[in-house]
Amino acid sequence: MRMIIKGGRIVDPGRIDAVGDILIDNGRISDIRFHESGKQASGAPSSVDSYADPQKTADRIIDASGWYVVPGLIDMHVHLRDPGQEYKETIETGIQAAAAGGFTAVCCMPNTRPVNDSRQTTEYIIHTAKRLQSVHVYPIGAISRESKGLELSEFGELKEAGAIAVSDDGQPVSDSQLMRRALEYAKGVGIRVISHCEDTALSHGVMNEGFTATRLGLAGIPNAAESIMVMRDIALAELTGSLVHIAHVSTRESVHAIREAKKIGIPVTAETAPHYFTLTDESVAAYNTNAKMNPPLRSPEDRQAVIEGLADGAIDVIATDHAPHSVLEKDLEFDAAANGIIGLETSLPLGLRLVAEGALSFALLIQKMSKNPANILGLTNDIKTGASADLTLIDPSRVHIYCVANGYSKSKNSPFDGWKFKGAAMCTIVGGRVVYEM
Amino acid sequence: MMWNRKHILDMDSLSVAEITAIIDTADGLKEISERAIKKVPTLRGKTVVLFFHEPSTRTRVSFDIAAKRLSADAISISASSSSLVKGETLIDTARNLEAMKPDVIVIRHSSAGAPLLLSQKVSTPIINAGDGMHAHPSQALLDMMTVREVKGRLDGLRVAIVGDISHSRVARSNIIGFTRMGADVRLAGPPTMMPAGIEALGASVTYDFDEAIDGVDVIMMLRIQKERQQRFLFPTEREYSRRYGLTLERLKKAKPDVMIMHPGPLNRGVEISPDAADSAGSVILNQVTNGVALRMALLYLVAGGPRNADDH
Ligand SMILES: [Zn+2]
Repeated sequence: MRMIIKGGRIVDPGRIDAVGDILIDNGRISDIRFHESGKQASGAPSSVDSYADPQKTADRIIDASGWYVVPGLIDMHVHLRDPGQEYKETIETGIQAAAAGGFTAVCCMPNTRPVNDSRQTTEYIIHTAKRLQSVHVYPIGAISRESKGLELSEFGELKEAGAIAVSDDGQPVSDSQLMRRALEYAKGVGIRVISHCEDTALSHGVMNEGFTATRLGLAGIPNAAESIMVMRDIALAELTGSLVHIAHVSTRESVHAIREAKKIGIPVTAETAPHYFTLTDESVAAYNTNAKMNPPLRSPEDRQAVIEGLADGAIDVIATDHAPHSVLEKDLEFDAAANGIIGLETSLPLGLRLVAEGALSFALLIQKMSKNPANILGLTNDIKTGASADLTLIDPSRVHIYCVANGYSKSKNSPFDGWKFKGAAMCTIVGGRVVYEM
Repeated sequence: MMWNRKHILDMDSLSVAEITAIIDTADGLKEISERAIKKVPTLRGKTVVLFFHEPSTRTRVSFDIAAKRLSADAISISASSSSLVKGETLIDTARNLEAMKPDVIVIRHSSAGAPLLLSQKVSTPIINAGDGMHAHPSQALLDMMTVREVKGRLDGLRVAIVGDISHSRVARSNIIGFTRMGADVRLAGPPTMMPAGIEALGASVTYDFDEAIDGVDVIMMLRIQKERQQRFLFPTEREYSRRYGLTLERLKKAKPDVMIMHPGPLNRGVEISPDAADSAGSVILNQVTNGVALRMALLYLVAGGPRNADDH
């Protein structure tokens, strides 16, 4: 099987930004031919003429002119609900949604039923995903057994089974000693720790604390419920010398703390989700449960700080926190509704809105959605000869309206239904196979 | 005015004209409760479901009496007697109720927004009898009715609301209602009981009780819920009552004709001393009496008022 991606603008942040053709043989990039005057960073592959006329021998030629060709997008924070809550999402529907969103890899959080704290569950996820021959799925194991926050799970065994990181996401590690030991122990195993930062004594609420909560009569969650734990984890990262990755940053105080920690060399990385740089707590307006998530949508000042954090590097990664829920969990009183929204199919378009607004360059967006998650997780996804052909093809001018009913995710809990977007993933390629085409 | 509103969900959605119309209607209906035969046939043949998902005696009884004085058939359903406890969702319960063709559903619910959710899912008119910390429109309207009855107006009056503003739907609805009608509302209580951004509803905030009641026409005391103490909102009832309890001594600093209100039930000796509660300015029992008339007005306007009459 030979494929050529022809005439796209190849953007591999820090390495390549040039128009060219990518030749794929048997799942790997076999050659990259730049069109005239393409600039490239050192270490990038040079144009070669070893194929005289590859078009004659190609099985498939994708015309990517006017499109970007980027390293496959990686979403390092999704909930696939499988095993245990397959009525919300399955590994199959989840990765279809991922592929449609331009992702070539996702990392799935362990809050399944059972909690993924074992080799068995990790292997189930990996095998199920492999059988589907689509998007890569990297399971994240639990920090504590059953994510109960009482004792460490077996990081060594989880890593051997294929877990890429550990997290108790969905709930915080409230016990600071457990978090300290998790960070220390993870250093020995060589596995990343991802922290859901929440002080549960402060987070007795259902939306952001502020005027909207007051007007609606809903209990508020203050920013400090998040930032206190971010600051604790920074202190523990400094203590242990072990890198902590902060999940779903939503507040300006967290952004500030992470920025300052990085300045003095504390090993911390962070992600935010598209809803935090797009929406504010006003989206809850008429008790919209599709605007209910944890951490909650915050104030306009927080939203702005998150955007600034993405721009200046305080926040490394955009990850969706894709959290499928059915109408059983969402078509309820606001207090009773579950937290979370789906995000795989809207993440890239929402990121491209930031680019259109001038908040980020396109290359920086790809850095946040592909290169940085790869670096944090120890994956490589450079566009280079010999590498697995995991690529996302993006048409930046494609105008489309997101209709959640037509989405691939099994659940429909999105606040972005009906939004008009400019820019979309046109084709997602994993290991040389087209896993999605618009 | 012609009544065109289907649901009574909160104060925010009601215009000055609508608020005035409701209170005018209630003023007119009040006399029925003074008669020997306290019943008119206005809503004969209409069914009112009192769906109380949260325990409440006072408001439920008030609506019940209001419905009966208008000859409507009132049926009470409480959380413990409804299938909600058997795992049915609110929406399913409401759809089941609707299938029995009631003319009005009056709902009390512990979750803010539940009445709005119902109004989106069923076609029956909904009256909110209190939802979480959000709204209690019939209480605010009866409070405004009571003040207008004594003062002859709402516009330009100064009203102090004292206590746990944060957890109070009564406070929220009264802030919105009184300010909409042109009154000046000030709030007093410890900072732990002031919700974020409350000033944006149009009220001023002070932590000083004496400052709050200085020169006001109305003092509205809120009930302190003793279990709140466990959530660190205040140290002890003793200290709360010393700092924010209404006493005759404190009343000396207020205007001589100040009205004293309380949505009930009273914690005598905590937020209000017995002699203050029973003092000349107290209209606490008038509030209860007016509550029936005001709820008759709501049921009449929503279930049988001029809008419905006009349909025929
Ligand atoms: Zn989380």
